[in-house]
Formats: sequence, structure tokens, C-alpha cells
Amino acid sequence: MEHLLIAPVVLPALVAPFIIMVLRHHLDLQRIFSLASAVLLAGITLALAAQSADGTVKVYELGDWPAPFGIVLVLDRLSAMMIVLTSLLALPVLLYAIGSNWDTRGANFHALFQFQLMGIMGAFLTGDAFNLFVFFEVLLIASYGLMIHSGGTRRFQAGVQYVVFNLLGSTLFLFALGTLYSVTGTLNMADLAVKVAQIPAEDTALLRVGAVMLLLVFAIKASLLPLHFWLPSAYANAPMPVAALFAIMTKVGAYSILRIYTLVFGPEVEATAGLTESWLLPAAMLTLGAGAIGVLGSKKLGRLAAFGAIASMGTLLIAISLFTQTAAAAALYYLVHSTLAAALLFLVADLVMERQGQWILPQLPMPQTGLISALFFAAAIALAGMPPLSGFLGKLLVLDATRGAALAPWIWGVILLGSLITIIGMARAGSLLFWKGHGLPQRAAEEPGYTAAETAPPPALAFVACFGLLGGLVALTVFAGPATRYAEATAAQLYAPSAYIDTVLGRTAE
Amino acid sequence: MELLVASAVGILTAAGVYLILRRRSFPVILGLSLLTYAVNVFLFATGRLVTGAPPILNKYEEVAYTDPLPQALVLTAIVISFGMTAVVVMIALGAYLSSRDDGTAMPVEADGAEEDA
Repeated sequence: MEHLLIAPVVLPALVAPFIIMVLRHHLDLQRIFSLASAVLLAGITLALAAQSADGTVKVYELGDWPAPFGIVLVLDRLSAMMIVLTSLLALPVLLYAIGSNWDTRGANFHALFQFQLMGIMGAFLTGDAFNLFVFFEVLLIASYGLMIHSGGTRRFQAGVQYVVFNLLGSTLFLFALGTLYSVTGTLNMADLAVKVAQIPAEDTALLRVGAVMLLLVFAIKASLLPLHFWLPSAYANAPMPVAALFAIMTKVGAYSILRIYTLVFGPEVEATAGLTESWLLPAAMLTLGAGAIGVLGSKKLGRLAAFGAIASMGTLLIAISLFTQTAAAAALYYLVHSTLAAALLFLVADLVMERQGQWILPQLPMPQTGLISALFFAAAIALAGMPPLSGFLGKLLVLDATRGAALAPWIWGVILLGSLITIIGMARAGSLLFWKGHGLPQRAAEEPGYTAAETAPPPALAFVACFGLLGGLVALTVFAGPATRYAEATAAQLYAPSAYIDTVLGRTAE
Repeated sequence: MELLVASAVGILTAAGVYLILRRRSFPVILGLSLLTYAVNVFLFATGRLVTGAPPILNKYEEVAYTDPLPQALVLTAIVISFGMTAVVVMIALGAYLSSRDDGTAMPVEADGAEEDA
């Protein structure tokens, strides 16, 4: 059973080429295999989470090479939480893509989807900094394919920007890793933690450069202001189910910040002390502000959802940037919530866009207006952080955790004001889309453009997927007690990294 | 040797950054390639510059050796950047062919305009 730890990476890595090579012309079989893989992945990740729930750190040495020399996969509570979240997000997104026929609008959707999952799972599990880079590239190259899925001029144009920006980020990642390697002589995260602590204070100039460059890379992934420019047009022009899956990709950046800057450049490392905190917090507050104002100013539904995702990343990064244990616990709870909420908003945006186009303008009532507007209402409440859904609890936890911080009044002001602006923006979009249209003159059925496709009932599967995500949010609210306890235990494990380091480097026996 | 490698990294990076800031996609892609060359040379230097030595430790006597890990890293980086360059060329070509415009900026749309499929 020890090989179970690598299964979340290996399973999609096997299913994806199988889909490409054997099932290329059989869409139904592709769907079945892709779904089966996603279900199996959910089972595997839940089993792994059960293994790590008691706080043990599990290590898988690839090729049986011991830790600083070979690549290791490491499973602790944080990794387990992230892979469970990924697989539980992938399932409804995949159901939606099948239900809304998005997977038929271009080639190789399911194979790319599986490769994307492989990259995300690997990034969450790896214990090696260079291996993290490789998995970043795996998930990025799959995301390039998914981003331009089904084509279209604007999608290609947005795709070019997205790919160029991320290739720059990858180059910077390599520069950062090279700098760190030249100082420490290792790229294993646990070994880096040991070596960084031993470097004499006068030799740490290069180390600080490396640490800041690495932070920039993760900030690009996490869409931190001013490195967020790639996100709005990329997410708004990607197919919406793909954008919903991308909701976890910004969290890969947040996860990496949380992992590297607690384990390697932790708060007690003198060389980099104060370096990240002093920059991350103001940038995160600006991110939240930019996201909220973007929600208010969006003319298109896709951009609205994208800026909503940026605003939630701002809140998340505010909590992370304090680098305290309670703030990290709040951040983890909010991370799960914001992933599900952002994905739900993207899917609901797609339901609307399929029926009446991408612009937020008053239009005639569409089929199933009531159901879709209710879903939009729920998604907007969740993302803006209003009661009764988990966004409210998450924001409350973040506010509570920041009480003792030096900049607490600023943080509170930005989060509360940002929430208010987000609510106004969502309310504006919702009332324009769902209410204003009722006053418009009715369109004749024989008019061109009023095709049968518009009136045809949509597949139920798409709604099942949306309600699945909503169910996840409700479950996160109802079981907030166990969820916060798990988040607190995870944060405690993050801020006591010696167990992680000792297990990875095989020092437990001594 | 140090001067040669350092100036190579510096010039490649400077040229790459300059090209990336251009408005059209072909110079941008060239700039990305130059940047990946710069980072590949830079990665070699992270293992300290040693010429003419094998990447093998000798436990019987003190001999010069070169660090093999950066070479493995560079190999991985080359493969990845090669693949990525191919992808970005294809996507840029797709954008150019469908819009007849190779600018990297997105044109502004009028409100309510239908998307051209």
C-alpha cells in the first residue's frame, strides 16, 4: 500500500495517453474513462487523507533513492487536503463539461484534463523544488491546451498572452532555483530547510535574491497584484468549465507560498526574516481591492467571475502573508471555500453565457431563469462572503486571525470594504441579467437567431454538477467545526516543520 | 571563463527582456527563446564552472570533478523550454491566422458585440 502515495500522479498519467492513443475516436468511452479516473482519484486521495489525518508524514522515494539525492513525494496534512480538494473539484467540473457538451467542441479535452490533474496532484505532493518546477510545467502545458480548447479568435489571442506570461514565470522559476542551488547545493525542500538555517549571515545575499525571485514566481501563479494581469483575460476567454478547473491553479501558487515560506524560509530564518511579510501583505490587500473593483466594473460575465477569483485570492493571501499559525488555519479554510465558490461562479456564468451571451446586459428571460438565477445568487453570496454560506465563516476566521497584527485596522477595512464592493458588483450583474430583461418586448419565435437550441432544455448533468459544488459549500458550512479543526491541525503541522524534515531525510530512526 | 559565461547570461537576458516587451508575437517568442538560453547557461554556472573534469567523485584520491546535478537540470530545462516554444509558436500562429494580426494586445470590443467564432 505504500505505492498508493504516487497513485494520484500515475493514474491520470496513464489514463491520458490511453485516451489519446486508443480512444481517440470514441467520445463515449473517453467520457467513461475520464470520469472513472476522476472517481478513482477521489477515492485514492480520500484514502491518502485518512492516512495522513493523524499527523504522520509519509514519504515516497522514487526509485528508492534516499532523500537529498533522489526525488521524494511527501504527504502531510496540507498536501492531503490539497489533493482531496483537487479531486473533489475535478469531478463536478468534468461532469459539467460532459453535460454541457464542452468536451465535444474541440479535440482531446479529456486527455488534457487528465494531464492537468496529473500536474496539479504532482505539484501538491512533491517534496523537491525542481520537481515542483517540472509539475508546474506539466500543469501549465495541459492548461495551454485546455485554455484554447474549441478555438476562436479572442481565445487564441488571450491564449498567447497567457502562455507568454507563464513562460516568463517559468524562466524566472529556473533562475530562482539556480540561485538557491548555487548557495545551498540542494533542491530537496527538507534539505534546503536544513542548509538554509546553517548558512552564515554574511553569505545570505544570494539566498535572499533567490527567495524573493521564488516568491515572485508563486505570486504570478497566485495572481498577486501587480502580477495578476494574465488572469482576467485568460480566465474570461477560456471555456468556462476549464476556468472552473483553473480555480485550483491559483491555489497552487498559494500552496507553494505557504509550503516554501514555512518550511524553507520559515519565520525563524534570520536571513529572510521580514522579507516576504513586508511585501506580501500590502500586495495582497491591493489584490483584494483590484479584484473587488474589477467585479464592479466588469461588462462581461467571464471577467466578473475572473475578478471574483482575484478578490478571493486577495483575501486568501492576506491571511497567508501574516505567517502565523492561526492565520494559516483561517487561510486553509478559506482556500477550500474560495476554490469551490469560484468554480461554482464560473459554471453558473457558463450556464448564462450559453443561453444569452457573454455581456452583462438586460436581455429577454432565458430558459430556466429561476433555477440559474438562484444558482447565481448562491455563488455570488458564497464568493462575496455573505452568510449563510462558508465564505462568511472563512472571512470571519481571517478577520479574527488578523486581530493582533500591526496593520489590523487596514486589513479589516480592506476586507470589509472589498466584500461590500464585491456584493454591489454581484448585485448589479445579477439584477441586470435576471430582472431587467422582464421589461423588454418579447422576441418573435420565428425571428432569426431565436433557434431551437436556445429553447431546448439543457442536459440535467450540468445542473447536477453545479448543485454538487453548491453541496460542497453547504457541507463546508455545516461541518465548519471539523473543517476548522482539520485546518488548525494542518497549520500546526506547517509551523512545526521538524517532523517533516526528519521524516524526509530519514532521521527518525536515530 | 567566468567573464564569458557571466556576460553571455547577461546579454542573452537583456536581449530577451527587450524582445519580450515588443508588441508583436514573433519578437516576443524570440525573446522567450533567448531567455531560456540564458537560464540554461545560468544553471550550468550554479554548479561552479569546472572545465575538463568528469562528473564523477573519486573516493580514492582527490581529483577535480564537476557537479552533475546542474547538467541534469539543464537537460530537463532544455526539453521543457523546447516543448513550450513549440506550443507558444502554434498558439501564436493560431491567433495570427484567425485574426490576421500578430499583435500580442487584445483589441477592445464594443459593448454587446457578438463574439466572432
